[in-house]
Amino acid sequence: MNIHAIKAIYYFEMARWWRTILQSIISPVVSTALYFVVFGAAIGQRIESVEGVSYAAFIVPGLIMLSLLQQSLSNASFGIYFPKFAGTIYEILSAPISHIETVIAFVGAAATKSIVLALIILATATLFADIRIDHPVWMVVFLILTAVTFSMIGFIIGIWAEGFEKLQLVPLLIVTPLAFLGGTFYSISMLPPVWQTVTLFNPVVYLVSGFRWSFYGVSDVDVGISLAMTLLFLAIALAVVVWIFRTGYRLRA
Amino acid sequence: MDTHAQAAVEISGLYKTYDTGFSALKNIDLTIHKGEIFALLGPNGAGKTTLIGTICGLVRPTSGTIKAGGYDVVREFRKSRAIIGLVPQELTTDRFESVWDTVVYTRGLFGKPRDDAHVEKVLRDLSLWSKRNDKLITLSGGMKRRVLIAKALSHEPDILFLDEPTAGVDVELRKDMWAVVRELRESGVTIILTTHYIEEAEEMADRIGVISNGEIILVDGKDELMRKLGRKDLVIQLQEPLDAVPDSLEELGLGLRDNGNELIYSYDSTADRTGIAGLMAAVHREGIRIKDLSTHQSSLEEIFIGLLKDRT
Repeated sequence: MNIHAIKAIYYFEMARWWRTILQSIISPVVSTALYFVVFGAAIGQRIESVEGVSYAAFIVPGLIMLSLLQQSLSNASFGIYFPKFAGTIYEILSAPISHIETVIAFVGAAATKSIVLALIILATATLFADIRIDHPVWMVVFLILTAVTFSMIGFIIGIWAEGFEKLQLVPLLIVTPLAFLGGTFYSISMLPPVWQTVTLFNPVVYLVSGFRWSFYGVSDVDVGISLAMTLLFLAIALAVVVWIFRTGYRLRA
Repeated sequence: MDTHAQAAVEISGLYKTYDTGFSALKNIDLTIHKGEIFALLGPNGAGKTTLIGTICGLVRPTSGTIKAGGYDVVREFRKSRAIIGLVPQELTTDRFESVWDTVVYTRGLFGKPRDDAHVEKVLRDLSLWSKRNDKLITLSGGMKRRVLIAKALSHEPDILFLDEPTAGVDVELRKDMWAVVRELRESGVTIILTTHYIEEAEEMADRIGVISNGEIILVDGKDELMRKLGRKDLVIQLQEPLDAVPDSLEELGLGLRDNGNELIYSYDSTADRTGIAGLMAAVHREGIRIKDLSTHQSSLEEIFIGLLKDRT
Protein backbone atom coordinates (compact mmCIF):
# COMPACT_ATOMS: atom_id res chain seq x y z
CA MET A 1 0.00 0.00 0.00
CA ASN A 2 1.42 3.38 -1.05
CA ILE A 3 0.48 5.27 2.10
CA HIS A 4 2.60 8.28 1.13
CA ALA A 5 0.64 8.67 -2.11
CA ILE A 6 -2.72 8.37 -0.36
CA LYS A 7 -1.64 10.99 2.17
CA ALA A 8 -0.30 13.25 -0.58
CA ILE A 9 -3.58 13.28 -2.53
CA TYR A 10 -5.69 13.49 0.64
CA TYR A 11 -3.80 16.47 2.06
CA PHE A 12 -3.65 18.12 -1.35
CA GLU A 13 -7.44 17.91 -1.64
CA MET A 14 -8.00 19.10 1.92
CA ALA A 15 -5.65 22.05 1.33
CA ARG A 16 -7.60 23.01 -1.80
CA TRP A 17 -10.82 22.87 0.24
CA TRP A 18 -9.34 25.09 2.91
CA ARG A 19 -8.07 27.57 0.29
CA THR A 20 -11.61 27.98 -1.02
CA ILE A 21 -13.26 28.15 2.38
CA LEU A 22 -15.84 30.75 1.33
CA GLN A 23 -17.17 28.60 -1.47
CA SER A 24 -16.67 25.21 0.12
CA ILE A 25 -17.79 25.76 3.71
CA ILE A 26 -19.41 29.09 4.38
CA SER A 27 -21.62 29.16 1.28
CA PRO A 28 -23.35 25.78 1.86
CA VAL A 29 -23.75 26.49 5.59
CA VAL A 30 -25.42 29.83 4.87
CA SER A 31 -27.68 28.26 2.20
CA THR A 32 -28.81 25.52 4.55
CA ALA A 33 -29.29 28.00 7.40
CA LEU A 34 -31.66 29.91 5.12
CA TYR A 35 -33.74 26.74 4.71
CA PHE A 36 -33.90 26.49 8.50
CA VAL A 37 -35.04 30.09 8.79
CA VAL A 38 -37.63 29.98 5.99
CA PHE A 39 -39.03 26.46 6.27
CA GLY A 40 -38.31 25.83 9.92
CA ALA A 41 -38.61 29.01 11.90
CA ALA A 42 -41.03 30.97 9.65
CA ILE A 43 -43.31 28.55 7.75
CA GLY A 44 -42.66 25.69 10.15
CA GLN A 45 -44.45 27.45 13.01
CA ARG A 46 -47.70 27.21 11.03
CA ILE A 47 -47.27 23.49 10.32
CA GLU A 48 -48.31 20.85 12.78
CA SER A 49 -45.72 18.49 14.14
CA VAL A 50 -44.86 15.54 11.89
CA GLU A 51 -45.01 12.14 13.60
CA GLY A 52 -44.59 13.83 16.95
CA VAL A 53 -41.61 15.98 15.91
CA SER A 54 -41.82 19.73 15.40
CA TYR A 55 -41.57 20.61 11.71
CA ALA A 56 -38.44 22.72 12.25
CA ALA A 57 -36.69 19.77 13.87
CA PHE A 58 -38.20 17.27 11.41
CA ILE A 59 -36.53 18.82 8.37
CA VAL A 60 -33.07 19.02 9.95
CA PRO A 61 -31.93 15.45 9.06
CA GLY A 62 -33.29 15.86 5.53
CA LEU A 63 -31.49 19.16 5.02
CA ILE A 64 -28.25 17.75 6.40
CA MET A 65 -28.66 14.81 4.02
CA LEU A 66 -29.35 17.20 1.12
CA SER A 67 -26.11 19.08 1.81
CA LEU A 68 -24.23 15.85 2.35
CA LEU A 69 -25.31 14.50 -1.04
CA GLN A 70 -24.57 17.72 -2.91
CA GLN A 71 -21.22 18.34 -1.25
CA SER A 72 -20.04 14.74 -1.57
CA LEU A 73 -20.85 14.81 -5.27
CA SER A 74 -19.33 18.19 -6.00
CA ASN A 75 -16.20 17.68 -3.88
CA ALA A 76 -15.35 14.31 -5.36
CA SER A 77 -16.30 15.12 -8.94
CA PHE A 78 -14.33 18.36 -8.93
CA GLY A 79 -11.39 16.67 -7.15
CA ILE A 80 -10.80 14.21 -9.99
CA TYR A 81 -12.12 16.37 -12.82
CA PHE A 82 -9.83 19.32 -12.17
CA PRO A 83 -6.58 17.36 -12.74
CA LYS A 84 -8.13 16.10 -15.98
CA PHE A 85 -9.05 19.64 -16.98
CA ALA A 86 -5.66 21.10 -16.01
CA GLY A 87 -3.72 18.16 -17.47
CA THR A 88 -2.06 17.30 -14.15
CA ILE A 89 -3.77 13.89 -14.18
CA TYR A 90 -0.64 12.60 -15.93
CA GLU A 91 1.10 12.70 -12.59
CA ILE A 92 -1.41 10.46 -10.87
CA LEU A 93 -1.56 8.05 -13.80
CA SER A 94 2.22 7.73 -13.94
CA ALA A 95 2.66 7.36 -10.17
CA PRO A 96 3.16 4.00 -8.44
CA ILE A 97 -0.32 4.11 -6.98
CA SER A 98 -3.03 1.47 -7.42
CA HIS A 99 -6.63 2.11 -8.36
CA ILE A 100 -7.93 1.38 -4.91
CA GLU A 101 -5.40 3.74 -3.34
CA THR A 102 -6.44 6.51 -5.73
CA VAL A 103 -10.09 6.00 -4.81
CA ILE A 104 -9.34 5.89 -1.08
CA ALA A 105 -7.48 9.19 -1.34
CA PHE A 106 -9.98 11.14 -3.46
CA VAL A 107 -13.15 9.64 -1.97
CA GLY A 108 -11.69 9.84 1.53
CA ALA A 109 -10.97 13.55 1.12
CA ALA A 110 -14.36 14.30 -0.43
CA ALA A 111 -16.20 12.32 2.26
CA THR A 112 -14.22 14.04 5.03
CA LYS A 113 -15.13 17.46 3.68
CA SER A 114 -18.83 16.69 3.37
CA ILE A 115 -18.99 15.05 6.81
CA VAL A 116 -17.30 18.05 8.43
CA LEU A 117 -19.74 20.29 6.62
CA ALA A 118 -22.70 18.15 7.74
CA LEU A 119 -21.56 18.43 11.34
CA ILE A 120 -21.22 22.21 11.02
CA ILE A 121 -24.75 22.37 9.60
CA LEU A 122 -25.99 20.15 12.44
CA ALA A 123 -24.43 22.53 14.94
CA THR A 124 -25.99 25.49 13.12
CA ALA A 125 -29.39 23.78 13.16
CA THR A 126 -29.41 23.69 16.94
CA LEU A 127 -29.79 27.49 16.81
CA PHE A 128 -33.10 27.14 14.97
CA ALA A 129 -34.71 23.94 16.27
CA ASP A 130 -34.81 21.60 19.24
CA ILE A 131 -32.92 18.61 18.01
CA ARG A 132 -32.33 15.29 19.68
CA ILE A 133 -30.31 12.32 18.45
CA ASP A 134 -31.77 9.04 19.72
CA HIS A 135 -29.24 6.80 17.95
CA PRO A 136 -25.96 8.72 17.65
CA VAL A 137 -23.91 5.71 16.53
CA TRP A 138 -26.35 4.98 13.71
CA MET A 139 -26.41 8.68 12.83
CA VAL A 140 -22.63 8.54 12.33
CA VAL A 141 -22.91 5.25 10.41
CA PHE A 142 -25.50 6.69 7.99
CA LEU A 143 -23.48 9.89 7.67
CA ILE A 144 -20.28 8.06 6.77
CA LEU A 145 -21.90 5.50 4.46
CA THR A 146 -23.82 8.16 2.56
CA ALA A 147 -20.82 10.48 2.30
CA VAL A 148 -18.59 7.68 1.01
CA THR A 149 -21.23 6.39 -1.44
CA PHE A 150 -21.98 9.77 -2.95
CA SER A 151 -18.32 10.76 -2.99
CA MET A 152 -17.73 7.64 -5.03
CA ILE A 153 -20.60 8.58 -7.35
CA GLY A 154 -19.05 12.05 -7.60
CA PHE A 155 -15.71 10.47 -8.47
CA ILE A 156 -17.45 8.56 -11.30
CA ILE A 157 -19.10 11.77 -12.54
CA GLY A 158 -15.74 13.56 -12.48
CA ILE A 159 -14.17 10.87 -14.65
CA TRP A 160 -17.17 10.73 -17.00
CA ALA A 161 -17.48 14.50 -17.42
CA GLU A 162 -15.77 16.09 -20.40
CA GLY A 163 -16.69 19.64 -19.42
CA PHE A 164 -17.97 21.73 -16.55
CA GLU A 165 -21.54 21.45 -17.86
CA LYS A 166 -21.55 17.67 -17.55
CA LEU A 167 -19.95 18.02 -14.14
CA GLN A 168 -23.01 19.94 -12.95
CA LEU A 169 -25.56 17.89 -14.88
CA VAL A 170 -26.08 14.98 -12.50
CA PRO A 171 -25.95 16.97 -9.23
CA LEU A 172 -28.34 19.66 -10.44
CA LEU A 173 -30.75 17.76 -12.67
CA ILE A 174 -30.90 14.38 -10.95
CA VAL A 175 -29.66 14.37 -7.38
CA THR A 176 -31.12 17.68 -6.19
CA PRO A 177 -34.66 16.90 -7.49
CA LEU A 178 -34.44 13.40 -6.01
CA ALA A 179 -33.34 14.88 -2.69
CA PHE A 180 -36.21 17.39 -2.65
CA LEU A 181 -38.71 14.65 -3.56
CA GLY A 182 -37.13 12.13 -1.23
CA GLY A 183 -38.74 13.26 2.00
CA THR A 184 -36.37 16.05 2.93
CA PHE A 185 -39.24 18.40 3.79
CA TYR A 186 -42.04 15.91 4.46
CA SER A 187 -42.86 12.38 5.50
CA ILE A 188 -43.91 10.26 2.55
CA SER A 189 -46.86 9.09 4.64
CA MET A 190 -48.29 12.57 3.95
CA LEU A 191 -48.54 11.71 0.21
CA PRO A 192 -51.45 9.96 -1.54
CA PRO A 193 -50.95 6.15 -1.67
CA VAL A 194 -50.00 6.11 -5.37
CA TRP A 195 -47.27 8.69 -4.86
CA GLN A 196 -46.06 6.86 -1.78
CA THR A 197 -45.41 3.83 -4.00
CA VAL A 198 -43.76 5.95 -6.71
CA THR A 199 -41.56 7.64 -4.11
CA LEU A 200 -40.17 4.29 -3.02
CA PHE A 201 -38.31 4.17 -6.35
CA ASN A 202 -36.41 7.25 -5.25
CA PRO A 203 -33.15 6.06 -3.65
CA VAL A 204 -32.80 9.22 -1.57
CA VAL A 205 -35.94 8.26 0.39
CA TYR A 206 -34.02 5.41 2.04
CA LEU A 207 -31.08 7.65 2.94
CA VAL A 208 -33.21 10.42 4.44
CA SER A 209 -35.50 7.98 6.22
CA GLY A 210 -32.65 6.05 7.85
CA PHE A 211 -30.86 9.23 8.84
CA ARG A 212 -34.03 10.74 10.32
CA TRP A 213 -34.66 7.55 12.27
CA SER A 214 -31.27 7.96 13.92
CA PHE A 215 -32.44 11.39 15.18
CA TYR A 216 -36.04 10.84 16.25
CA GLY A 217 -36.71 7.11 15.92
CA VAL A 218 -39.32 7.74 13.21
CA SER A 219 -38.90 6.63 9.60
CA ASP A 220 -40.78 6.28 6.33
CA VAL A 221 -39.30 2.86 5.64
CA ASP A 222 -37.87 0.23 7.94
CA VAL A 223 -34.37 1.26 9.09
CA GLY A 224 -33.01 -2.16 8.12
CA ILE A 225 -34.17 -1.57 4.55
CA SER A 226 -32.60 1.90 4.60
CA LEU A 227 -29.29 0.45 5.71
CA ALA A 228 -29.46 -2.34 3.12
CA MET A 229 -30.26 0.12 0.32
CA THR A 230 -27.41 2.41 1.40
CA LEU A 231 -24.99 -0.51 1.28
CA LEU A 232 -26.41 -1.53 -2.11
CA PHE A 233 -25.74 1.96 -3.53
CA LEU A 234 -22.24 1.77 -2.12
CA ALA A 235 -21.65 -1.61 -3.76
CA ILE A 236 -22.96 -0.38 -7.13
CA ALA A 237 -20.74 2.73 -6.99
CA LEU A 238 -17.74 0.60 -6.04
CA ALA A 239 -18.41 -1.80 -8.92
CA VAL A 240 -18.51 1.08 -11.42
CA VAL A 241 -15.27 2.54 -10.05
CA VAL A 242 -13.54 -0.85 -10.34
CA TRP A 243 -14.77 -1.12 -13.94
CA ILE A 244 -13.47 2.38 -14.75
CA PHE A 245 -10.00 1.56 -13.53
CA ARG A 246 -9.90 -1.87 -15.16
CA THR A 247 -10.84 -0.46 -18.54
CA GLY A 248 -9.03 2.86 -18.14
CA TYR A 249 -12.31 4.55 -19.15
CA ARG A 250 -11.59 8.20 -19.98
CA LEU A 251 -8.32 8.04 -18.07
CA ARG A 252 -5.79 6.00 -20.02
CA ALA A 253 -5.62 5.96 -23.81
CA MET B 1 28.72 -7.09 -20.57
CA ASP B 2 25.22 -8.19 -19.58
CA THR B 3 23.01 -5.99 -21.78
CA HIS B 4 19.93 -6.66 -19.60
CA ALA B 5 21.75 -5.45 -16.49
CA GLN B 6 22.88 -2.37 -18.39
CA ALA B 7 19.48 -1.56 -19.88
CA ALA B 8 17.46 1.24 -18.32
CA VAL B 9 14.55 0.59 -20.67
CA GLU B 10 13.91 -2.47 -22.80
CA ILE B 11 11.05 -2.47 -25.27
CA SER B 12 10.19 -5.52 -27.28
CA GLY B 13 7.50 -6.04 -29.94
CA LEU B 14 5.49 -3.06 -28.74
CA TYR B 15 2.27 -2.18 -30.56
CA LYS B 16 -0.31 0.44 -29.71
CA THR B 17 -3.53 0.50 -31.68
CA TYR B 18 -6.28 2.85 -30.55
CA ASP B 19 -9.99 1.96 -30.55
CA THR B 20 -10.35 3.97 -33.74
CA GLY B 21 -8.03 1.49 -35.44
CA PHE B 22 -5.16 3.98 -35.66
CA SER B 23 -1.80 2.29 -35.14
CA ALA B 24 0.33 4.69 -33.13
CA LEU B 25 3.21 2.29 -32.46
CA LYS B 26 4.24 -0.61 -34.67
CA ASN B 27 6.55 -3.36 -33.50
CA ILE B 28 8.90 -1.16 -31.48
CA ASP B 29 12.11 -2.80 -30.30
CA LEU B 30 14.35 -0.45 -28.41
CA THR B 31 16.95 -0.64 -25.67
CA ILE B 32 18.08 2.43 -23.79
CA HIS B 33 21.27 2.00 -21.80
CA LYS B 34 21.74 3.00 -18.20
CA GLY B 35 23.29 6.42 -17.75
CA GLU B 36 22.97 7.60 -21.34
CA ILE B 37 21.13 10.53 -22.83
CA PHE B 38 18.90 9.19 -25.55
CA ALA B 39 17.15 11.60 -27.89
CA LEU B 40 14.02 10.45 -29.64
CA LEU B 41 13.46 12.49 -32.75
CA GLY B 42 10.49 12.49 -35.04
CA PRO B 43 8.01 14.73 -36.81
CA ASN B 44 4.69 15.70 -35.24
CA GLY B 45 2.41 12.70 -34.76
CA ALA B 46 5.26 10.22 -35.21
CA GLY B 47 4.50 8.47 -31.92
CA LYS B 48 7.12 10.00 -29.60
CA THR B 49 4.72 10.99 -26.85
CA THR B 50 2.73 7.77 -27.21
CA LEU B 51 5.92 5.76 -26.79
CA ILE B 52 6.83 7.67 -23.65
CA GLY B 53 3.24 7.30 -22.43
CA THR B 54 3.38 3.51 -22.71
CA ILE B 55 6.58 3.37 -20.66
CA CYS B 56 5.28 5.73 -17.98
CA GLY B 57 1.81 4.19 -17.63
CA LEU B 58 -0.24 6.87 -19.37
CA VAL B 59 -1.02 4.74 -22.42
CA ARG B 60 -1.89 1.07 -22.32
CA PRO B 61 0.14 -1.03 -24.76
CA THR B 62 -1.85 -3.23 -27.13
CA SER B 63 0.87 -5.89 -27.11
CA GLY B 64 4.55 -6.29 -26.44
CA THR B 65 6.64 -5.87 -23.33
CA ILE B 66 8.30 -2.89 -21.70
CA LYS B 67 10.73 -3.06 -18.84
CA ALA B 68 12.08 -0.11 -16.89
CA GLY B 69 15.00 -0.84 -14.60
CA GLY B 70 14.27 -4.53 -15.25
CA TYR B 71 10.66 -4.26 -14.03
CA ASP B 72 7.70 -4.96 -16.30
CA VAL B 73 5.76 -1.69 -16.51
CA VAL B 74 2.38 -3.46 -16.41
CA ARG B 75 2.87 -6.35 -13.98
CA GLU B 76 5.38 -4.57 -11.74
CA PHE B 77 4.07 -1.05 -12.22
CA ARG B 78 4.82 0.03 -8.64
CA LYS B 79 8.52 -0.73 -8.95
CA SER B 80 8.89 0.55 -12.50
CA ARG B 81 7.00 3.81 -11.98
CA ALA B 82 8.83 4.53 -8.73
CA ILE B 83 12.11 4.87 -10.64
CA ILE B 84 10.72 6.97 -13.49
CA GLY B 85 10.32 10.74 -13.61
CA LEU B 86 8.31 12.36 -16.37
CA VAL B 87 8.38 15.95 -17.57
CA PRO B 88 5.42 16.33 -19.93
CA GLN B 89 5.33 18.39 -23.07
CA GLU B 90 2.48 20.61 -21.92
CA LEU B 91 3.00 23.09 -19.09
CA THR B 92 0.47 21.38 -16.85
CA THR B 93 0.61 22.72 -13.33
CA ASP B 94 -1.72 23.20 -10.38
CA ARG B 95 -1.82 26.90 -10.90
CA PHE B 96 -2.88 27.89 -7.39
CA GLU B 97 -0.28 25.75 -5.60
CA SER B 98 3.07 27.06 -4.45
CA VAL B 99 6.29 25.74 -5.96
CA TRP B 100 7.26 24.09 -2.70
CA ASP B 101 3.88 22.41 -2.12
CA THR B 102 3.61 21.01 -5.61
CA VAL B 103 7.09 19.46 -5.47
CA VAL B 104 6.44 17.98 -2.01
CA TYR B 105 3.12 16.61 -3.32
CA THR B 106 4.80 14.79 -6.21
CA ARG B 107 7.39 13.23 -3.94
CA GLY B 108 4.62 11.80 -1.76
CA LEU B 109 2.65 10.65 -4.80
CA PHE B 110 5.63 8.59 -5.88
CA GLY B 111 5.76 6.85 -2.52
CA LYS B 112 8.66 8.64 -0.90
CA PRO B 113 8.57 9.96 2.68
CA ARG B 114 8.82 13.69 3.11
CA ASP B 115 12.40 14.95 2.78
CA ASP B 116 12.63 18.71 2.89
CA ALA B 117 16.41 18.66 2.45
CA HIS B 118 16.11 16.84 -0.87
CA VAL B 119 13.33 19.10 -2.11
CA GLU B 120 15.43 22.13 -1.17
CA LYS B 121 18.40 20.72 -3.10
CA VAL B 122 16.27 20.11 -6.19
CA LEU B 123 14.85 23.63 -6.05
CA ARG B 124 18.28 25.18 -5.56
CA ASP B 125 19.77 23.13 -8.41
CA LEU B 126 17.05 24.41 -10.71
CA SER B 127 17.32 28.01 -9.48
CA LEU B 128 13.83 27.81 -8.03
CA TRP B 129 14.64 28.28 -4.37
CA SER B 130 13.81 31.99 -4.37
CA LYS B 131 10.46 31.15 -5.98
CA ARG B 132 9.53 28.38 -3.55
CA ASN B 133 6.62 30.28 -2.00
CA ASP B 134 5.33 31.70 -5.29
CA LYS B 135 2.12 30.39 -6.77
CA LEU B 136 2.64 28.58 -10.06
CA ILE B 137 0.22 30.89 -11.84
CA THR B 138 2.65 33.77 -11.27
CA LEU B 139 5.63 32.05 -12.92
CA SER B 140 6.88 32.50 -16.47
CA GLY B 141 6.71 29.63 -18.96
CA GLY B 142 10.38 28.86 -18.50
CA MET B 143 10.06 28.78 -14.72
CA LYS B 144 7.02 26.50 -14.97
CA ARG B 145 9.10 24.17 -17.11
CA ARG B 146 11.72 24.12 -14.35
CA VAL B 147 9.03 23.35 -11.79
CA LEU B 148 7.92 20.38 -13.87
CA ILE B 149 11.50 19.15 -13.91
CA ALA B 150 11.73 19.68 -10.14
CA LYS B 151 8.56 17.65 -9.67
CA ALA B 152 9.93 14.87 -11.85
CA LEU B 153 13.15 14.82 -9.81
CA SER B 154 11.47 15.07 -6.43
CA HIS B 155 11.38 11.31 -5.90
CA GLU B 156 14.97 10.73 -7.03
CA PRO B 157 14.24 8.76 -10.23
CA ASP B 158 16.78 6.61 -12.05
CA ILE B 159 15.18 7.33 -15.42
CA LEU B 160 13.98 10.75 -16.51
CA PHE B 161 11.74 11.38 -19.50
CA LEU B 162 11.78 14.88 -20.94
CA ASP B 163 9.09 15.35 -23.55
CA GLU B 164 10.04 18.42 -25.60
CA PRO B 165 11.77 20.00 -22.58
CA THR B 166 12.74 23.25 -24.28
CA ALA B 167 9.66 23.85 -26.43
CA GLY B 168 8.80 27.54 -26.16
CA VAL B 169 11.83 28.26 -23.99
CA ASP B 170 14.21 31.11 -24.83
CA VAL B 171 17.80 30.43 -25.85
CA GLU B 172 19.37 31.33 -22.51
CA LEU B 173 17.04 29.14 -20.52
CA ARG B 174 17.45 26.35 -23.05
CA LYS B 175 21.18 26.36 -22.45
CA ASP B 176 20.60 26.37 -18.69
CA MET B 177 18.40 23.34 -19.09
CA TRP B 178 20.98 21.54 -21.15
CA ALA B 179 23.44 22.13 -18.31
CA VAL B 180 20.94 20.74 -15.79
CA VAL B 181 20.40 17.65 -17.93
CA ARG B 182 24.13 17.06 -18.24
CA GLU B 183 24.53 17.33 -14.45
CA LEU B 184 21.75 14.79 -14.00
CA ARG B 185 23.49 12.42 -16.35
CA GLU B 186 26.69 12.88 -14.36
CA SER B 187 24.77 11.80 -11.27
CA GLY B 188 23.82 8.55 -13.00
CA VAL B 189 20.30 9.35 -14.19
CA THR B 190 19.32 7.91 -17.56
CA ILE B 191 17.69 10.59 -19.67
CA ILE B 192 15.32 10.10 -22.56
CA LEU B 193 14.24 13.23 -24.35
CA THR B 194 12.10 13.97 -27.33
CA THR B 195 12.78 17.06 -29.35
CA HIS B 196 12.19 18.82 -32.61
CA TYR B 197 15.45 20.70 -32.31
CA ILE B 198 18.36 19.09 -34.09
CA GLU B 199 20.74 21.35 -32.14
CA GLU B 200 19.34 19.99 -28.91
CA ALA B 201 19.97 16.41 -29.90
CA GLU B 202 23.40 17.41 -31.16
CA GLU B 203 24.24 19.24 -27.96
CA MET B 204 23.15 16.61 -25.49
CA ALA B 205 22.47 13.13 -26.80
CA ASP B 206 24.75 10.12 -26.72
CA ARG B 207 22.46 8.20 -29.02
CA ILE B 208 19.56 9.19 -31.20
CA GLY B 209 16.50 7.25 -32.26
CA VAL B 210 14.29 8.39 -35.13
CA ILE B 211 10.62 7.50 -35.07
CA SER B 212 8.21 8.00 -37.92
CA ASN B 213 4.66 6.77 -38.40
CA GLY B 214 4.93 4.73 -35.21
CA GLU B 215 8.08 2.89 -36.29
CA ILE B 216 11.63 3.28 -35.09
CA ILE B 217 13.45 3.75 -38.36
CA LEU B 218 16.90 4.42 -37.05
CA VAL B 219 18.90 4.18 -33.83
CA ASP B 220 22.46 5.32 -33.97
CA GLY B 221 25.21 7.10 -32.13
CA LYS B 222 24.94 10.87 -32.29
CA ASP B 223 28.11 11.41 -34.28
CA GLU B 224 27.10 8.94 -36.97
CA LEU B 225 23.62 10.32 -37.23
CA MET B 226 24.65 13.95 -37.26
CA ARG B 227 26.77 13.23 -40.31
CA LYS B 228 23.63 11.96 -42.01
CA LEU B 229 21.36 14.72 -40.79
CA GLY B 230 23.74 17.66 -40.78
CA ARG B 231 23.36 18.71 -44.44
CA LYS B 232 23.19 22.40 -45.21
CA ASP B 233 22.51 24.32 -48.42
CA LEU B 234 24.48 27.39 -49.58
CA VAL B 235 22.38 29.49 -51.98
CA ILE B 236 24.22 31.98 -54.22
CA GLN B 237 21.90 34.52 -55.83
CA LEU B 238 23.27 35.77 -59.13
CA GLN B 239 23.11 39.22 -60.67
CA GLU B 240 22.58 37.67 -64.12
CA PRO B 241 21.04 34.25 -64.75
CA LEU B 242 23.13 31.36 -66.12
CA ASP B 243 22.02 28.94 -68.84
CA ALA B 244 24.11 26.11 -67.40
CA VAL B 245 26.55 25.45 -64.56
CA PRO B 246 30.13 25.92 -65.76
CA ASP B 247 32.10 22.64 -65.80
CA SER B 248 34.56 23.83 -63.14
CA LEU B 249 31.66 24.52 -60.74
CA GLU B 250 29.73 21.39 -61.62
CA GLU B 251 32.80 19.37 -60.58
CA LEU B 252 32.52 20.98 -57.12
CA GLY B 253 28.90 19.88 -56.79
CA LEU B 254 27.05 23.12 -57.56
CA GLY B 255 23.59 22.99 -59.10
CA LEU B 256 21.36 25.57 -60.73
CA ARG B 257 17.79 26.51 -59.81
CA ASP B 258 15.22 29.30 -60.00
CA ASN B 259 15.58 29.63 -63.80
CA GLY B 260 19.33 30.04 -63.52
CA ASN B 261 19.15 32.84 -60.96
CA GLU B 262 20.60 30.78 -58.10
CA LEU B 263 23.48 28.39 -57.61
CA ILE B 264 23.02 25.85 -54.84
CA TYR B 265 25.62 23.88 -52.95
CA SER B 266 24.85 21.19 -50.33
CA TYR B 267 27.51 20.44 -47.74
CA ASP B 268 28.12 18.69 -44.46
CA SER B 269 27.96 21.43 -41.84
CA THR B 270 29.66 19.23 -39.24
CA ALA B 271 32.70 18.48 -41.43
CA ASP B 272 36.05 20.15 -40.73
CA ARG B 273 36.27 21.35 -44.34
CA THR B 274 33.05 22.37 -46.02
CA GLY B 275 34.66 23.31 -49.35
CA ILE B 276 32.98 26.73 -49.36
CA ALA B 277 36.22 28.75 -49.60
CA GLY B 278 37.39 26.87 -52.72
CA LEU B 279 33.94 27.08 -54.20
CA MET B 280 33.78 30.86 -53.81
CA ALA B 281 37.19 31.22 -55.41
CA ALA B 282 36.03 29.10 -58.37
CA VAL B 283 32.90 31.24 -58.76
CA HIS B 284 35.09 34.35 -58.80
CA ARG B 285 37.41 32.80 -61.43
CA GLU B 286 34.41 32.12 -63.67
CA GLY B 287 33.58 35.85 -63.49
CA ILE B 288 30.13 35.20 -62.04
CA ARG B 289 28.77 38.25 -60.23
CA ILE B 290 27.05 37.53 -56.92
CA LYS B 291 23.99 39.42 -55.70
CA ASP B 292 23.54 37.75 -52.32
CA LEU B 293 24.40 34.69 -50.27
CA SER B 294 22.34 32.63 -47.85
CA THR B 295 22.48 29.29 -46.11
CA HIS B 296 19.62 27.00 -45.25
CA GLN B 297 19.72 24.21 -42.70
CA SER B 298 17.33 21.39 -43.63
CA SER B 299 14.59 21.18 -41.05
CA LEU B 300 14.26 17.98 -39.09
CA GLU B 301 10.96 17.41 -40.81
CA GLU B 302 12.65 17.60 -44.22
CA ILE B 303 15.42 15.33 -43.05
CA PHE B 304 12.94 12.76 -41.81
CA ILE B 305 11.13 12.81 -45.12
CA GLY B 306 14.50 12.23 -46.77
CA LEU B 307 15.23 9.36 -44.41
CA LEU B 308 11.87 7.78 -45.13
CA LYS B 309 12.38 8.14 -48.86
CA ASP B 310 15.78 6.48 -48.48
CA ARG B 311 14.12 3.59 -46.66
CA THR B 312 11.52 3.01 -49.31
